Amino acid sequence: MSASPAYSEEKGGSSSLGEPEYGHDPASGGIFSSDYKRHDDLKEMLDSNKDSLKLEAMKRIVAMIARGKNASDLFPAVVKNVACKNIEVKKLVYVYLVRYAEEQQDLALLSISTFQRGLKDPNQLIRASALRVLSSIRVPIIVPIMMLAIKEAASDMSPYVRKTAAHAIPKLYSLDSDQKDQLIEVIEKLLADKTTLVAGSVVMAFEEVCPERIDLIHKNYRKLCNLLIDVEEWGQVVIINMLTRYARTQFLSPNQNESLLEENPEKAFYGSDEEDSKDDKPDAASLVKRKPYVMDPDHRLLLRNTKPLLQSRNAAVVMAVAQLYFHLAPKAEVGVIAKALVRLLRSHSEVQWVVLQNVATMSIKRRGMFEPYLKSFYIRSTDPTQIKILKLEVLTNLANETNISTILREFQTYIRSMDKDFVAATIQAIGRCATNIGKVRDTCLNGLVQLLSNRDELVVAESVVVIKKLLQMQPSQHSEIIKHMAKLTDNIQVPMARASILWLIGEYCEHVPKIAPDVLRKMSKSFTGEEDIVKLQVINLAAKLYLTNSKQSKLLTQYVLNLAKYDQNYDIRDRARFIRQLIVPTEKSGALNKYAKKLFLAQKPAPILESSFKDRDHFQLGSLSHLLNAKAVGYQELPDWPDEAPDPSVRNVEEETIFLIESHIGLLGELREVPEWTKCTSREKRKEKVEKPFYSDSEGESGPTESADSDPESVSESESESSSSSSESGSDSGSRGEESGDQSEEEEEEKKKKKKGKEGPRKEQEQVKKGKKKPPQDEGKGGSESSWEEGSVSESSSSESDSGSEAEESQSEPESKRRTTPPSSKPAPKASRKGTKEISLLDLDDFTPVPPQPASSPAVVSTSLVTDLEGLTLTNASLAPTMLSPVFSTMKTYELLHRMAGEGLSVEYYFNRQPFPPDPHMVAVQIQFSNNTESEVKNLRVSEPKLVSGMRIQEFQEIESLAPGDTASVIMGIDFCDSTQAANFQLCTHSRQFYVSIQPPVGELMAPVFMSENEFKKEQSKLTGMSEITEKLTLLDKCQSDHTIVQRVTAAANVSRVPCGADNEYRFAAKTVTSGSLILITLEQKEAARAHLTVNSEKMVIGTMLVQDISQALAQ
Amino acid sequence: MIHSLFLINCSGDIFLEKHWKSVVSQSVCDYFFEAQEKAADVENVPPVISTPHHYLISIYREKIFFVSVIQTEVPPLFVIEFLHRVADTFQDYFGECSETAIKDNVVIVYELLEEMLDNGFPLATESNILKELIKPPTILRSVVNSITGSSNMGETLPTGQLSNIPWRKAVVKYTNNEAYFDVIEEIDAIIDKSGSTVFAEIQGVIDSCIKLSGMPDLSLSFMNPRLLDDVSFHPCIRFKRWESERVLSFIPPDGNFRLISYRVSSQNLVAIPVYVKHIISFKENSSSGRFDVTIGPKQNMGKTVEGVIVTVHMPKAVLNMNLTSTQGSYTFDPVLKVLTWDIGKISPQKLPNLKGIVNLQSGAPKPEENPSLNIQFKIQQLAISGLKVNRLDMFGEKYKPFKGVKYITKAGKFQVRT
Repeated sequence: MSASPAYSEEKGGSSSLGEPEYGHDPASGGIFSSDYKRHDDLKEMLDSNKDSLKLEAMKRIVAMIARGKNASDLFPAVVKNVACKNIEVKKLVYVYLVRYAEEQQDLALLSISTFQRGLKDPNQLIRASALRVLSSIRVPIIVPIMMLAIKEAASDMSPYVRKTAAHAIPKLYSLDSDQKDQLIEVIEKLLADKTTLVAGSVVMAFEEVCPERIDLIHKNYRKLCNLLIDVEEWGQVVIINMLTRYARTQFLSPNQNESLLEENPEKAFYGSDEEDSKDDKPDAASLVKRKPYVMDPDHRLLLRNTKPLLQSRNAAVVMAVAQLYFHLAPKAEVGVIAKALVRLLRSHSEVQWVVLQNVATMSIKRRGMFEPYLKSFYIRSTDPTQIKILKLEVLTNLANETNISTILREFQTYIRSMDKDFVAATIQAIGRCATNIGKVRDTCLNGLVQLLSNRDELVVAESVVVIKKLLQMQPSQHSEIIKHMAKLTDNIQVPMARASILWLIGEYCEHVPKIAPDVLRKMSKSFTGEEDIVKLQVINLAAKLYLTNSKQSKLLTQYVLNLAKYDQNYDIRDRARFIRQLIVPTEKSGALNKYAKKLFLAQKPAPILESSFKDRDHFQLGSLSHLLNAKAVGYQELPDWPDEAPDPSVRNVEEETIFLIESHIGLLGELREVPEWTKCTSREKRKEKVEKPFYSDSEGESGPTESADSDPESVSESESESSSSSSESGSDSGSRGEESGDQSEEEEEEKKKKKKGKEGPRKEQEQVKKGKKKPPQDEGKGGSESSWEEGSVSESSSSESDSGSEAEESQSEPESKRRTTPPSSKPAPKASRKGTKEISLLDLDDFTPVPPQPASSPAVVSTSLVTDLEGLTLTNASLAPTMLSPVFSTMKTYELLHRMAGEGLSVEYYFNRQPFPPDPHMVAVQIQFSNNTESEVKNLRVSEPKLVSGMRIQEFQEIESLAPGDTASVIMGIDFCDSTQAANFQLCTHSRQFYVSIQPPVGELMAPVFMSENEFKKEQSKLTGMSEITEKLTLLDKCQSDHTIVQRVTAAANVSRVPCGADNEYRFAAKTVTSGSLILITLEQKEAARAHLTVNSEKMVIGTMLVQDISQALAQ
Repeated sequence: MIHSLFLINCSGDIFLEKHWKSVVSQSVCDYFFEAQEKAADVENVPPVISTPHHYLISIYREKIFFVSVIQTEVPPLFVIEFLHRVADTFQDYFGECSETAIKDNVVIVYELLEEMLDNGFPLATESNILKELIKPPTILRSVVNSITGSSNMGETLPTGQLSNIPWRKAVVKYTNNEAYFDVIEEIDAIIDKSGSTVFAEIQGVIDSCIKLSGMPDLSLSFMNPRLLDDVSFHPCIRFKRWESERVLSFIPPDGNFRLISYRVSSQNLVAIPVYVKHIISFKENSSSGRFDVTIGPKQNMGKTVEGVIVTVHMPKAVLNMNLTSTQGSYTFDPVLKVLTWDIGKISPQKLPNLKGIVNLQSGAPKPEENPSLNIQFKIQQLAISGLKVNRLDMFGEKYKPFKGVKYITKAGKFQVRT
């Protein structure tokens, strides 16, 4: 509002003055000459010391700039105000400066010091905007200053400033490309940044400065994939496009292998399941030991993490994901993008236009994808012509034998449209359908012939052209049509159509021997008045007639050739001369003359009517180049798939960067699917480590103790890691080729190693090492108390055990699913792993007694209930009342908070296997607090649960106080949503809070259910195929008795036994707590201690994990 | 990325220009004018034009062309989507995105453009972040500012910029806490001559107006979420929760925003709430024709169909129309050849009818196609797909909000071929 006077004044006032401005050279110092008076008033206002006047003046100046008027003579007056206190004046001065600095470089330098001061300002917005303006001033002399500022800002505490630094990089690069090397260093640094705010901008900078340095991406690849969903939408587009290119260089083509195609549909079917790549492995891999193609897990990660973005409201993001799928996904999975693209057709017409162009290209390659949406491409009379034509293109591409009749019916409607361009396009489309689909060729031809009697000349002309092409395919049967068309020459005036008719008659003059000479006669009369293309065809016709029917047409031909000889157009004169030599025998014409007939009346191949969008897909879809079908400046070619995949290990990183993501699963995190390899048992540990740095980051102040701590640590980590991983990689490489799932497994292991490495140093000081812990006893969930002693330091034990033993490893979720061979089949890696382990790891079997030095522990305690989550109730059908209370158990206890970490407060939990009355969907967790401190602990409660989506916690009653030496026990309920993801929350006391997390073994996610043998069989028969997982195992001697088997199974999982007729078979049944899906377990004893374990459940993930757990329990 | 932006009105005046990198001369727009001339119709100006040194990507909104100048490869949709976002922001700030509004607020427009792009790459496009940086103009504020000398610019970094939920401001306070949802469904349909449905689908959106204090965490559940075939979400919605439970769980932005848009698959039979009986014919060799259209309700679930407007683009040869309507009023624009019949409510007792004579240019051949009828209508209190909101729960805040859901069904691109 306030600007309105300024604007109108400007319009009225200075536009009259405006004209001479253009002739004036601003750099010549004319400011002080006669022009001086022109903006006198403005200058005065700028010089005054009233902010309001300055503001008014600046507004008027900006209005001038906006109009494109020259305001450069005010430069000195404006620049003085760069340090103005009023932020709005300052902003407007910046606008001015950026606009004119390039023209007035010397004067612009006056402002630099202000910005340099601004770069040090405590307010991050001011720092950022100083950097923005400084980098936007295109003055080459300040390049070094900019470079310095960018470098500094790249390590600023505020992510917003770092983002601005990323934006500044391409600016500096465009100003001085010699800085490239230094800028790449900054980019490399910023690429490692973990905040979503920076990610998009730095990838943008990467794309502009050094798109060829694909090696910089390796280390950040997984991070980018995982951050993607939280990056702002514009950044998403840039990142996705870049990752498409990256993936093309790093992975193998998923479609290279035909045999894979059979398997893919099933993959696509379960595509929404985050576990998809793993699901089919147990059976698939056991069948086919050596699969020729296995998708790199990183490739899968990219596909999986981008898929939810198809639901974005931003069309550009949807398009980016669509092109990524088109270029990278296995054929069977590409289909998912169709729906989203069709949705975009409802958007603005510009969006439609771009999307339709891309759909047109895609529909040629993958017709099946859009077939279900055929009707969405139907045309409305109100669509703009350019949209209509594109839709027509898509419809034509989609036409096949089955839908052609519907499409032709639509086309019939279109032909009557008022929009003639569109009608012409429709006729061409009909022609294309007719050539592509033999079945309807005659129908189309008849239709087109009918159009020949249309009143609109354009329609007729277009039909003629198309008919000509169609007739070429089977001329003999259609002399009637040719005759009909011959008649048209009298009326039709469109040159192209006339030319087509003449060509047709000439070409097939033998089919219409009577008419052809007559047509030539008529045409020779009007020859001089015809268009050039028509004239050429008349000559052609004459020549052909002369050769076939020289008696009747000799004179006519001569006449036509004579006319042509004196034509104005030299092409026509040339053609006439050439033809005369060829067809009229003279002494000189010689050899060629004999072949004239062959030359003119040779069989000509029918033209192929094809889409103009064919082969456009060698351009990256969605790109400007694709749209223009020409390479745009700065277009990066989409590379071909490599024949050999480059080493995937380059993408391995220290886990910190990767796990960071998990740590911010607060709100958005739920959108993200956690990569499979991050879900292992010790996630809580990681989480805790990472959380701090991340938060401190985003707050702009680094938590002094925490991040300082973690740094040196990570150094030592990486060292120990490298040693361990190198020793591992030796043995691994041997197994890589053998087993499909192997490679990903290794990565996992490496990851764990790193983690282990990380914990190693700390633990080393804390604990006395114990002899190598052996898997069988510890891992066993067989119910022996001792096994869980180890658990008393839950974090360390889990990380330890991961690396420590194969068996434990297979217990962890991702492992178990991946594993394709029984654990015992991999002795080599195991051995080497053990070797390294001994160095860096502790074995915790009897760790208990030794008091660790309390490291400055980030994690800590408490216990209270957040009540507002109570309201969340599921509407799902509740579990059947037939649920039984647990059959049995020696409860295993798990450490929630060690007393050292908890500063004397120790907390343990176990799954008591009782139903949790307040909510049947929750798993009851019994929590035991013991206070080992000297003083009372008060107000124990839970707070700030950070739950993965859908998970819920029913907190326990706050414990008012806990006397020294006392213990207390409470029950809380957790709805794990049938997943083994950990529930993370804080335990708070009156003074401290501790981050803790509870992760359920898969066996605790279910409740026993009673059923009869028949029911069991009935249910089992419903759960076959993918829902059935079978494993062979060997029962140890001590495991042969009924009692032991039942005991072990029920200890491993909360199931109840189902009676069974056969005595070599054991059956158990349970339902998952949250969704109530049935889980049926069958153990069949075979001869010689062998047995088959079968789990039927629609929750395949649970099924696979359960198989692992039970077979492990039985193997002990 | 985006090099420069020119705003051009329908008469070809460049009334605003903004450059993010070096200045590009206005003359680049000549290529655009050329294309515009060739296209004849504003709708047919190609959104992407290639010139020798630049590429022009343009959108057309509210009688303004937003023409951006691009120098290097960039996804065209990226630019188009961004330009629309710019237009949306203007709309949001000034109430309308018209030439006058932009000219009146040229300084704010400039400040906005400065914030929205840095070096041609989008910087801040969330309206709620922008509003913290640059306050929207109100009469009251401009008066206060001129007295106190305070400014329209925020001095600190908007809280949203750094948070995980950039769409929401940190401190929001209302005395009346309310959350309203409008479920708006549009029927896109093509009905053929005989009255059978060639194509029909339902496109829906849920627009929300949420004025809640603090950081409310809402979850909205439906009675029949499976209806929704294809959904696109506002970034605030937790995708996984939707995937697993079909519940919309989100921390909402403050104010008005579009929560989701969805499509109800065409497999579910779409109920078409109106039917049209039409006789439109032109006699051979005479300069007149017959026009008779009746419209009636059908499958409208007992609700009244209102706001009915029929628009017909008549063939070029039509000179004039002499019609009588039993209900509502009609106008015929002899220049654009557009007939508009504003009916209002349809009552089943007496069906609205419009009939009469069409005068054709004498001597012109009989138009061979019959025009198609575009129909608009509205049905209050009904979501034609049957979608129903089950409940809205709020977590994270203690107060009790006032909640409301409104359903409307409208005609989208509803076309009857004759």
